[in-house]
Amino acid sequence: MTTVPVVSSSITIPSIHYLAILPVIILLGASVVLVFATALVRTKVTQFVASSVTVAASVAVLVVTYFQWRCLDSSGPSTTIAHAIVLDGFSVVATGVVAVSLLMATLVAHDWALRERIVGAEYQILALAASAGAVLMTQANDLVVIFLGLEILSLGLYVLVAFDRHRHTSAEAALKYFLLGGFASAIFIYGAALVYGATGSTNLSTMSYFLASNVLTHPGLLYAGFALLIVGFSFKIAAVPFHLWSPDVYEGAPTPVTGFMASIVKVGAFAAFVRVLISALGTQIDTWRPILWVLVVLTTVVGASVALLQRNAKRMLAYSSINHAGFILLGIWAGTTRGVASTLFYIVTYAPTVVATFAVVTLVGGLGDENHSIGGYRGLARRQPWLGASMCVLLLSQLGAPLTSGFYAKYSVLASTIDVGGSPLALIALLSAAIAACFYLRWSSALYSDEPVEATRIVVPLSTGIVIGVGVAMTLVFGIWPGPLVTLCQHATLLFTP
Amino acid sequence: MIATSYAVPSIIVFVGAAIIIIVGALGVITFKNPVHCALSLIMTLFGVAIAFIAQQADFLAAVQIIVYAGAIVVLFLFVIMFLGVDRTDHVHVEPLVAQRPLAALGVVITLGGLVALMAQSHWVTGVMSASTDGKPLESGTANVHQLGTSVFTTYLFAFEATAALLVIAVVGAVLLARRERTLQADEVEV
Amino acid sequence: MNPLLALSDPLFDHGVTGVIILIVLIKIVVGFGALMNAVILMIWFERKAISDMQSRIGPQRWGPFGLLQTMADGLKLMGKEDLIPAEADRFVFKLAPFLVVIPAFITFAIVPIGGTMHIAGHVVQLQMANPPMGILLMLAMSGISVYGVMLAGWSSGSKYPLLSSVRASAQMISYEAALGMTIVIVILVTGSLTTHDIVLSQGGNILHWNLIRLGLVPFAIFLIAITAELNRPPFDVVEAESELVGGFHTEYSSFRFAIFFLAEFMNTITMSAVMVTLFFGGPAGWVPPVAHLKWIFPILWFLIKTTIFCFCYIWFRAALPRFRYDQLMDLGWKRLIPLSLGWMLIVAGFLISWRWGLLMGSVVIFAWLVLTRAFELGKTRESGPERVLPTIGQRPIPGSVIRKMSEGDS
Repeated sequence: MTTVPVVSSSITIPSIHYLAILPVIILLGASVVLVFATALVRTKVTQFVASSVTVAASVAVLVVTYFQWRCLDSSGPSTTIAHAIVLDGFSVVATGVVAVSLLMATLVAHDWALRERIVGAEYQILALAASAGAVLMTQANDLVVIFLGLEILSLGLYVLVAFDRHRHTSAEAALKYFLLGGFASAIFIYGAALVYGATGSTNLSTMSYFLASNVLTHPGLLYAGFALLIVGFSFKIAAVPFHLWSPDVYEGAPTPVTGFMASIVKVGAFAAFVRVLISALGTQIDTWRPILWVLVVLTTVVGASVALLQRNAKRMLAYSSINHAGFILLGIWAGTTRGVASTLFYIVTYAPTVVATFAVVTLVGGLGDENHSIGGYRGLARRQPWLGASMCVLLLSQLGAPLTSGFYAKYSVLASTIDVGGSPLALIALLSAAIAACFYLRWSSALYSDEPVEATRIVVPLSTGIVIGVGVAMTLVFGIWPGPLVTLCQHATLLFTP
Repeated sequence: MIATSYAVPSIIVFVGAAIIIIVGALGVITFKNPVHCALSLIMTLFGVAIAFIAQQADFLAAVQIIVYAGAIVVLFLFVIMFLGVDRTDHVHVEPLVAQRPLAALGVVITLGGLVALMAQSHWVTGVMSASTDGKPLESGTANVHQLGTSVFTTYLFAFEATAALLVIAVVGAVLLARRERTLQADEVEV
Repeated sequence: MNPLLALSDPLFDHGVTGVIILIVLIKIVVGFGALMNAVILMIWFERKAISDMQSRIGPQRWGPFGLLQTMADGLKLMGKEDLIPAEADRFVFKLAPFLVVIPAFITFAIVPIGGTMHIAGHVVQLQMANPPMGILLMLAMSGISVYGVMLAGWSSGSKYPLLSSVRASAQMISYEAALGMTIVIVILVTGSLTTHDIVLSQGGNILHWNLIRLGLVPFAIFLIAITAELNRPPFDVVEAESELVGGFHTEYSSFRFAIFFLAEFMNTITMSAVMVTLFFGGPAGWVPPVAHLKWIFPILWFLIKTTIFCFCYIWFRAALPRFRYDQLMDLGWKRLIPLSLGWMLIVAGFLISWRWGLLMGSVVIFAWLVLTRAFELGKTRESGPERVLPTIGQRPIPGSVIRKMSEGDS
């Protein structure tokens, strides 16, 4: 006679450090509040309300990151909730960058939604949730959590890309993004499963501890696992040869979404990439370095050279962002503290720049978001000096011209590469930057061209204007005076938990 | 636990499950009719469920059937039937030149990689299972208990984050499926 | 021990011998035979009961009280010509009936129909199998039985069966969620998945039955959801004669049709039995203190309870009008799923302490208010289909039809 098994052993819920997960809670909470408002309030939620909630949430996240930083200073980095979440300098700074990107992108999208007469809070709901996914990725210390963050981020973005459904390029782009993104997620999770099989844990800390204290005699499983992980990440950051979705999606997506996507995916995916490769698989650096070497070479060179052939502003920026992805990878390739710090610095400076750039592109695109040929920028700076000059500064920053933040970002990743004996790699990357300079300069000179062009004057709405102004200011301030930010990034990296 | 104690019945079950899985998987990619493909997929899922049972993961096996065979593939079929795409398509024009030979090459490379991997690796080199503190899975109710414990301890945060994922998926799906509505010219938003 | 045999059935505790294999075989054969006979009786019972409710006589020619009528019908069906439509997908068309009938039988295998017996020195549970995944097997099988209906409709290569199968799949998936949630509630208080333990935990007096213990609501949800899963009236939109000819099995004839018929009644009996197991203590009941009658009374109790539910289904069919399809979906998604979820929270709360129970109760009430508000608002929103057809009385007649009618050249 069997008896009913009485399950009596109680489980100990792991301790939760709420300050660490507060950013995610705020972002998701704001998103859910907007969902509820949409469902429970009779009148349509106006753009103003939705954007205000979003801006408030991102500002709140910024405030929280300040307190997180102070907590770090006093008690050092820590992990929480059964080591699934990590609170360290890297995650705090990256979270801050996500919040800034969200803030700027929301302001741009607000004007865009008013211009395109879009009703409802859906954009903000999805943007908030996607940002929460990105924050999760920056904080994740577990492959499962990274995957979930990746999926939350991606699902939000798939829908955002399809937001402008009356343009069929938008729907097409979303479908491409969805199919390839789903494929990439599958590859990622397969890699995670293999790594789990090889190390017995999905937790990055446990994994790194296991790999440091054990020598694998037959590491094929581990190698296959992290190769697949690298492929999965490469899809997300659009590294060549996994970049094919990127130009179509950048072109098809509504322009503010493109800007948001370009910044936030880079932050989230690179943060998680750094964590997986450096903190979990740091002992295997000699194995993954060659893979990254090839990726960097292909990404920088292909990104820069194909961009030369583009006539569409958004496609060109897509290839330029591929080129940037190659540069950011350089810091990871170096694998040193300095490399990680330079990667972080690159992300911090690149994110606001790219959002501001796409803000200008949104304005030039005009009603219907259609006018994106490079020709549309001809003489812009003559007609509207401030807007044109801003665009010029932003482009020069992406080029890496001195006195802009892009210069120091490129300099620091190259320096960290050369530090560890990667001179040939640095040289190739530099060469690609030279190629890239051609199209940035062509575009910039088009801005100042004399040719008379029939064009209406572009109205710059207030909040978009603020975003462009802030983007340019950040570019110039960090370009002329990068010291504090560099110190911050180095400090953040020193607080990086392995 | 791992390699030494395989008894004959276990091997028979494993081989049977493996055959079901592989035949089903081959069916998914070779059948022309999407409904037949979906049926093959169910076959694969059943094979996987059998493999789970053989590994004493009873709960996982049941969930595999309930969720995948019972819900997801049903939805596949639902869409296939609704859209009426169950007619055989013959692609006369190759959208990409030489994609078929390239695909064959890719398959050969992947297979080669897998074989090399099998020759080169120990399939489980880590601890037995991270979620059960190194203890093997138990059968029956204890199995569910172990699973529940790991969900609420080791994977607590992942479990909670899944809720966020589901919410965002629902919002996204509703948004995409909904009828489009933009502000009309005569409407003014406050 | 071999992992395959590490089941919770005490029969396998000491390995497998020839005797045990024989016992298992006998259990299967007896179970199968009993179920088949029950189906025959059920069909007769349904026809008789409905006839009585409609003041008709019903079958009475064959055998005493017309008991053998079903046999005669079955023989007649087998003698008919087996038709396969030209447009049919032949393999799937032949496969579909079996996909309906096999899950029905497998589900019955986990139902405990009695206590334990001692046969040849072995303790034998009076149920065909007691797998560790237990009641989940029933959920899995109800998921699988969708395929039979779906594929039957699709493979017929005909319009109405296809519509029927699309309806069936949507309906069954919708109600499976509520069904699963109520089963979770039962598992919560039982602490085990196996049907054997579920029944044991309800032993003792009637207050221990899950019906009372869980507060009636889960049972009500389960009853509704299972009726919808079975496609029985009032949820039989799948085979609504007035709309869909004969539903998914319109194109079937002869033996294959008989199998569908068989499966429907087999499912009805199986689900009645499952309901008895989950909520009515299965074979629990008063047992006389006579040593040799101890094993038979539980079986009797089980049979009585199951018969009552079988009668309930017949009663539903005679008394209730068919739901409209959108009402059916509304009921499933907007009422049953939230209700079952909320009830699960409340039960879980009370399992910890009454404070948590009350807290969960207030949370659920709050959620209910929010949901009500959202549903109310949702009705006023401009969403849903582009154009809703007006009610039947004013349904617009297409212009071409009017023209033809006025010209008189139909």
